[in-house]
Amino acid sequence: MAEEVKLLTTWSSPFALRVVWALKLKGVQFDSIEEDLSNKSPLLLQYNPVHKKIPVLVHNGKPISESLVILEYVDETWRQYPLLPDGPYDRARAHFWAKFSDDKVSPSIWGVFIKQGKEREEAFDQIFENLKFLEEELKGKRFFGGEKIGFADLALGWIAERVCVLEEIIGVKIVEEEKFPLVSAWMQEFVKVPIIKESLPPHEKLVTKIRGIREKFLGAA
Amino acid sequence: MAEESVKLLGYWASPFALRVKWALKLKGVHYEYVEENLPNKSPLLLRYNPVYKKIPVLVHNGKPLAESLLIIEYIDEAWKQNPLLPDDPYERANARLWAKFFDEKCVPEVMGAFASKGEEQEKAAKARENLKMLERALEGKPFFGGDKIGFLDIAVGWIGIWGRIVEEIAGVSLIDAETMPLLTAWLNNFLEVPVIKACIPSWHELLEHNKGFHKILTGSST
Repeated sequence: MAEEVKLLTTWSSPFALRVVWALKLKGVQFDSIEEDLSNKSPLLLQYNPVHKKIPVLVHNGKPISESLVILEYVDETWRQYPLLPDGPYDRARAHFWAKFSDDKVSPSIWGVFIKQGKEREEAFDQIFENLKFLEEELKGKRFFGGEKIGFADLALGWIAERVCVLEEIIGVKIVEEEKFPLVSAWMQEFVKVPIIKESLPPHEKLVTKIRGIREKFLGAA
Repeated sequence: MAEESVKLLGYWASPFALRVKWALKLKGVHYEYVEENLPNKSPLLLRYNPVYKKIPVLVHNGKPLAESLLIIEYIDEAWKQNPLLPDDPYERANARLWAKFFDEKCVPEVMGAFASKGEEQEKAAKARENLKMLERALEGKPFFGGDKIGFLDIAVGWIGIWGRIVEEIAGVSLIDAETMPLLTAWLNNFLEVPVIKACIPSWHELLEHNKGFHKILTGSST
């Protein structure tokens, strides 16, 4: 049966990257459609009329948006390489850490990235508090998913993929190894996984782009 | 088989705790309800939910879970009777997407209208615009879940009560029968379902409680 899997994406989106990782881990063939977010295509507006954002997965003509919802759909549709564990409680915990990533970790790291002075110090306090929870969760585990990467790893993976870029731009360490040895080790292990490594966006191009975003933000403040 | 222990840490005036109560009741799960004396958070709550420090928290055989929508999905997986989410992965994704849309795009707008002093009409207009979009998920069905109540119904349903409270206190319109006929009809059906109706707190008490809240949020004296 011919299956059509399309992913509306951008090369630099950490949310789209989550979906790319999931599809590749499962060995699902898909077409990538690069979107220009400053000039959204009719296709994107048709497939995601509510949010008008990427990533959007289109499976046999049916669109799904929101990266974590897509991840779950991918896991339920293609059963090889399960991303979520079997038991309901462990599944709920994986979802919890994924939500924590977007609710708390992401805004706190973005906060440090765009703030300065005293506001940045306060943002660091937020990050440390959030990282402490992740450090605790990683005790006795190589990945959040256990021995192999799973749903929570893919959700939190942007930390491993992107924090070094942010650190390079602001010239300050955000995740210090002495303070968070387990999170640091996880970050290094995660990007070494072949499928993760081969999907990383080009480093210099990413640095340039994100530096530009930061300058725009600081200029507008 | 070992005896099962199910505890729900909640707050009587919380719509998020109500969602979880609805899920448990629909599944016929027996649970012990523990009322948190908010804003004073108990050591138990802080131990069970150190990350967010909020209710609701479900504790099943000693294992805690937080975040209402996650809890409801857990309940659906742990107790198989009366399924809340459909079987089909695409339909499940849609239910989750709309619940996320509601929590991220409708609720903050409603809260914004409630907490505003001076901008409530503009914020309410935005809230109405987003609430209207939910009608796409109804698609001529009696409930979001189809013929019977499902995940999305219990995720969104509380807006029928709290929405009216915000309308009364803030003097805005949120759920307009003329422009949102499907949503209005659905709410009227949903809130009359016996299991749903039985869990709803007293209107008068909720109103008084939220009037107090409104005073604090808007810094008003009346």
